[in-house]
Amino acid sequence: MRQFRKAAIAAVVAAALTPAGVAVAQDKPVKMSVVSFLSGPAAGPFGVPARNGAEVVILAINAGKLPAPHNTKGLAGRPIEVEYIDESGGNTKQVAEYRNMVEKRGVDVALGYVSSGTCEALTPVAEELKKLTVYAVCGTPRIFEESKPQYVFRTMSHATSDNVAAAYYVREYFPKIKGYTGINQNYAWGQDSWRDFDAAMKQLTKAKASTKLQWPKLFQGQYSTEISALLLDKADLIHSSFYDGDLESFIFQGQTRGLFKKKQVVFTVGETSVYRLNKRMPEGVVLGARGPYGVIVLNRPSALNKWFIAAYKDRFGSYPPGPAYQYAQAVLATKIAYDAAAKKAGAFPSQDQVIAQLKGAEFESFSTHVKMALGDGHQAITENGYGITKWDAKAGEVKLEKVKFYPAECVNPPAGVKSVDWINGGMKGAKCG
Amino acid sequence: MNLVRDRTVQGLTLALGVMLIVSALVPSWIVNQLLFAFSRAIVVLGLLVLWRTRLVSFGHALYFGLGAYTVAMTSRYTGVNDAFALLGAAALLSTVVGFFVGFIIRRYRDIFFAMLNLAFSMILYGILVKTEALGSTDGFTIEQPTFAGIAFEDPSEGKLALLCLLMVVGWAVAVGVQAYLRSTLGRLTTAIGDNEIRVEYLGYSAEHAIHIKYVLSTFLAGLGGGFMALALGQVDPDSMVNWTASGELVFVTILSGPGSVAAPFIGSFVFEILRTYAFEWMPHAWQMIVGGTLLIVIFFMPGGLWGLVSGVAQRLTRRRPAAAAPGAGG
Repeated sequence: MRQFRKAAIAAVVAAALTPAGVAVAQDKPVKMSVVSFLSGPAAGPFGVPARNGAEVVILAINAGKLPAPHNTKGLAGRPIEVEYIDESGGNTKQVAEYRNMVEKRGVDVALGYVSSGTCEALTPVAEELKKLTVYAVCGTPRIFEESKPQYVFRTMSHATSDNVAAAYYVREYFPKIKGYTGINQNYAWGQDSWRDFDAAMKQLTKAKASTKLQWPKLFQGQYSTEISALLLDKADLIHSSFYDGDLESFIFQGQTRGLFKKKQVVFTVGETSVYRLNKRMPEGVVLGARGPYGVIVLNRPSALNKWFIAAYKDRFGSYPPGPAYQYAQAVLATKIAYDAAAKKAGAFPSQDQVIAQLKGAEFESFSTHVKMALGDGHQAITENGYGITKWDAKAGEVKLEKVKFYPAECVNPPAGVKSVDWINGGMKGAKCG
Repeated sequence: MNLVRDRTVQGLTLALGVMLIVSALVPSWIVNQLLFAFSRAIVVLGLLVLWRTRLVSFGHALYFGLGAYTVAMTSRYTGVNDAFALLGAAALLSTVVGFFVGFIIRRYRDIFFAMLNLAFSMILYGILVKTEALGSTDGFTIEQPTFAGIAFEDPSEGKLALLCLLMVVGWAVAVGVQAYLRSTLGRLTTAIGDNEIRVEYLGYSAEHAIHIKYVLSTFLAGLGGGFMALALGQVDPDSMVNWTASGELVFVTILSGPGSVAAPFIGSFVFEILRTYAFEWMPHAWQMIVGGTLLIVIFFMPGGLWGLVSGVAQRLTRRRPAAAAPGAGG
């Protein structure tokens, strides 16, 4: 009896540890993991809309209901079997989880990731496991500048273009600015953002950077001393790459002290909070969305954009914010590569064939034109846009005024040049039209 | 004096032999889980020694992170890329830091001991997060190490080699800690926890004994952290030095139970598997499963998983004489 029980336990354990049943090869769906913050402070404003954006597009792809020419069912005819994964828990957890995804659950495409640190940590792992990995967001330009990954792609511009475009926008709409300062979270994202903005401002304007920069720590939440310091600072423009809960706390606390009336504030990722804060969003603030996404492209009339806004609103009851667009774009890029590879191969494509199609691809996404131009065809460039907030009482919505887009080749470095060197070298080769 | 023969060392040796064979056969994701689990188990082994003295540290991520960062920094800036050298450096540096910090820590007990450790670990965390040269919050990646000059072309073979090394080292430290616990100094462990004043009257310095235990635990934490860094190929402050990492270590200690030096290895593996499946099944609420498990362990299994294992083993051995007799006859 005991022997039997032992055997039974062993069998159960063995069953739990083997990957779920092997499906028949022919109808095998394409397994895709979509990874974004589903818990923690970045979930509400960023991770959950990102996941939702991906979901809307994946459901439409499986039903064959994307607007033409993408109205074929599935990826190269096979449905997507999607799993949503939480990005929180740190890089260690994510590396472990990525290995589980690929080695244990047999995922065909890993897609998503918001955090730059996580993307950097995963890149060598993706290369080691030779698995197609499409980063939807993460900021840092270093991934494709410091190495040449073969299996990893990113379908949106890196953070350099956000800050270069911000500097152009400041030059164009606020030419009288004499000095600028910054409040950025004291970690890689904030540090990189400030470095790029500061370098671009030095190239483009005569304004002087303040010597008193504010570096609150991540998720600090309480900014009274920083706001006092900013109000006392002579600089008339404030740069901030705040996002998630910190951005919203800073806005509330700054508003009561009149910060947004006394200083011109530029939020490079402020767009993520527009639909959440609505009327509480201060007027006259320069907002970016890390590219042409969200409220900045709300009025673009392309069929894909109209469809995406309608489909998202229909399912989730609000307009799609930036992260939703960015994740949707990554899913669409994957579909385009699969379909093109299938067409070329005349059969369901291998991973290498898909990668060959995604490399250097150029396509119309929901809101913009995407060109996989950098990092040997693995890193996308797109235009980048900013606007100024204005409360529209009649519509009961925040509208953006003076929306201006800068072409992709204007705000991104050319292939083969490191972002920092490019800005400091006078942004050579920029085509601003 | 000791009527029950201690078979821990034999058991560990047998387990090592079995695991060396098993690890060559299992799929590579299990190899990874084992790497993470046993790296953490080495750290937990040190916490177990402290716990037997009724001391809980909420800051051992300091030494865990220090070990991990030593490996990462050494391989990045000196070009030394051999696993043995890197791990040696990791263990050495955290032992040295632990030795000096120990002079302050050894005077405190209970919550003060826990929180003072936490404070020290958050100093390192603060330094790492604010220093771009140390990778800031992003941390940085580590290349595949060589093993005494042998480089593996296939990364999965490298991982397997690392696991074999980890298991041998894990066996060695477990046997070492077991020997320590059975020595006079080691037997003071529980005695200090029970009544420190009596220990002083016996002629031993409790502070001195605690200092030794503390340094031992920092050595193990640095070693475990070094292994973790090599296993992951990545270090970052949030998952290695932050207080949440310390919390995880305490979690695994409680889950494992203080009963045996083998317990951390079992508890750690169960923790990895638990977290992996919780993540897979409930991406929005995996923390609930992990937290719920801790509650269940505290309420129903005060001896941790080892309590469960030894309880079952005792029941089996008690039944055996009765069951063996008819077996022998028939």
